[in-house]
Amino acid sequence: MSKVSLETPANQTAGHAAHEVRSDNVVPLQVLSPEGEVVNAERMPKLSDDQLKEIMYRMVFTRTWDDRAVNLGRQGRLGFYAPVSGQEATMVGSEYALSKEDFIAPGYRDMPQIVWHGLPLYQAFLYSRGHQHGGQIPEGVNVLMPQIIIGAQILHATGVAMAFKLKGEKRVAITYTGDGGSSEGDFYEGLNFAGSFKLPVIYFVQNNGYAITTPYAKQTGAQSIAHKALAAGIRGLQVDGMDVLAVISAVQEAAEIARNGGGATLIEGLTYRFRPHSMADDTTKYRTKEEEAEWSPRDPLVRFGKYLEKKGLWTDEDTARVKEEAKNAVNEHIKKAEQTEKMTVNGLIDSMFEHTPPHLEEQKADFQ
Amino acid sequence: MAQMNMKEAIRDAIRVELKNDPNVIVFGEDVGKVGGVFRATEGLQAEFGETRVFDTPLAESAIGGLAVGLGIQGFRPVAEIQFVGFIFEAMDQMFIQAARMRYRSGGRYNSPIVFRTPFGGGVKAAELHTDSLEGLAIQTPGIKVVVPSNPYDAKGLLVSAIRDNDPVFFMEHLNLYHAFRDEVPEDAYTVPIGKAKVVREGKDVTIIAYGLMVHTAVKAAEELEKSGVSAEVIDLRTLLPLDIDTIVASIQKTNRAIVVQEAQKTSGAAAEIIAQINEKAILHLEAPVLRCAGPDTVYPFAQIEDAWLPTTARIVKTVNQVLQF
Repeated sequence: MSKVSLETPANQTAGHAAHEVRSDNVVPLQVLSPEGEVVNAERMPKLSDDQLKEIMYRMVFTRTWDDRAVNLGRQGRLGFYAPVSGQEATMVGSEYALSKEDFIAPGYRDMPQIVWHGLPLYQAFLYSRGHQHGGQIPEGVNVLMPQIIIGAQILHATGVAMAFKLKGEKRVAITYTGDGGSSEGDFYEGLNFAGSFKLPVIYFVQNNGYAITTPYAKQTGAQSIAHKALAAGIRGLQVDGMDVLAVISAVQEAAEIARNGGGATLIEGLTYRFRPHSMADDTTKYRTKEEEAEWSPRDPLVRFGKYLEKKGLWTDEDTARVKEEAKNAVNEHIKKAEQTEKMTVNGLIDSMFEHTPPHLEEQKADFQ
Repeated sequence: MAQMNMKEAIRDAIRVELKNDPNVIVFGEDVGKVGGVFRATEGLQAEFGETRVFDTPLAESAIGGLAVGLGIQGFRPVAEIQFVGFIFEAMDQMFIQAARMRYRSGGRYNSPIVFRTPFGGGVKAAELHTDSLEGLAIQTPGIKVVVPSNPYDAKGLLVSAIRDNDPVFFMEHLNLYHAFRDEVPEDAYTVPIGKAKVVREGKDVTIIAYGLMVHTAVKAAEELEKSGVSAEVIDLRTLLPLDIDTIVASIQKTNRAIVVQEAQKTSGAAAEIIAQINEKAILHLEAPVLRCAGPDTVYPFAQIEDAWLPTTARIVKTVNQVLQF
């Protein structure tokens, strides 16, 4: 990732923080240095020791689940799976910053956010295996199923935010896409509708530098994705996406503004996926060892772990314990997924409409 | 009862449902303050306020996506796409996202949305305002496709569509908005989606049509009557789900049929209707079922529109081909 100036842009309006997009200059918000030192105490989110430990717990759990999922995929026990290692800070942090009433419209890589928001893990596995029950979100869990059409979820979150506004509810919708997704028309349309209607929505772009094999520089000539907020008249800011406390701070602030009628925010989190785009991808064809070596020390678990260790809140034994718990949970949930009753064609037919029309009733006979 | 043209009947349907159900909301390009480019929502914002009836930025995909997001939060959006040619911008949201919501979520979410759009030829409109794109819709699992041909049906079908808990693509023929008036009840009533109607009884041949072509078919039937041919005319009203039973019952009586559509031949609904007739009524047929349709070209420039669209004469000719087979 290119070095960015820490200077305050000359034409920056008073009262706006340096990480907010105001000109052609942008400075990513950081709370912790890569060594786990607090570099921006002002933006330190108010979190208790238990909450800090819970965040670490979730990040370690998510990393372990990702490791296991990749193996389960190789064994043929999972189907479609988009790895998440490296993006734990953006995923776990952004979800943690919201409340359960808030709504998540995820992209296809964003399974961790909806699981931490309440979707049972075995249903995430069923989604991966291509089973309809994977999308049967439990009542009271405010999420959509992962979206495959890149950009479509951005509009759904915009519509959900419109519903919150019309009902006078102080709820926020959040949606995620990657750096490639910011080139889609639906990305711009969503941001622009939110700007026009002043909607309570957060657009979170996880910029991991690549859309499958295509690097960021081939998506756009824009200096940052956060700058794209200017075109829609909404707030835009950039965060260090490997710094979970910076992510939480940014999302909490955006949510607060949204709840109080201040409209939408586009947050760009600078991150890196340690694994391939999908199980069918080969990173050696487009990434260098040097680049990977540059990013590996920025591991969000390492940085936050160092911070917690210094505070006496986390040890290597804690990591080992969580890994063990996560492995057991994954084993239990994959078993539950595998034991879920098989679907039938007739069951699918009946799920198309509230009342199955005659032609579909008739077609069931072919599958008795 | 009141005398209404189809546009007024449509407005009345939206109005009664805005009144009946606080979750009904109406939005699109220019539908609010001025009430739409055809005034089909005129006066509704003044009566129900800007939170119920509102204008949007000019972006069809976002209009569709807004409807999907509102739909999963309990609203019942009536979203307008200003002209049929602009549905291409919204196709992902209409035909993928809304149409699959119930299925993908195993019933957890649904899309109780009506996508209204004007279409249809004969009005000398600009490019991409009048194409018949129902064929794209009827191959989409998860959506219903409704095409009314008169004020009474338009109101009853639209009330049904708004109350339906699944998405409905509601196509309003431009040439029928102001064509004539009908007696239309002032209260809410429904016309069932998925039910065709025999609009003219006959015994020699069945003419199956929808939209404006229902009226052209009736004129052709009157023409045929003069030469002693008794044609039965069916107004499909809904293209998906198709009321094949009404079609089969008619063919059992007449043993001959043609399908009339404004869309180009390799498109629309005719091919599917003929396939279903072959499956269900082949032993009742004395002749193949023929299509009377536009040629397989891009929709014509306004100057030759009238020659391109199926005419009474072309329908009569097609019927005679079937009779003389």
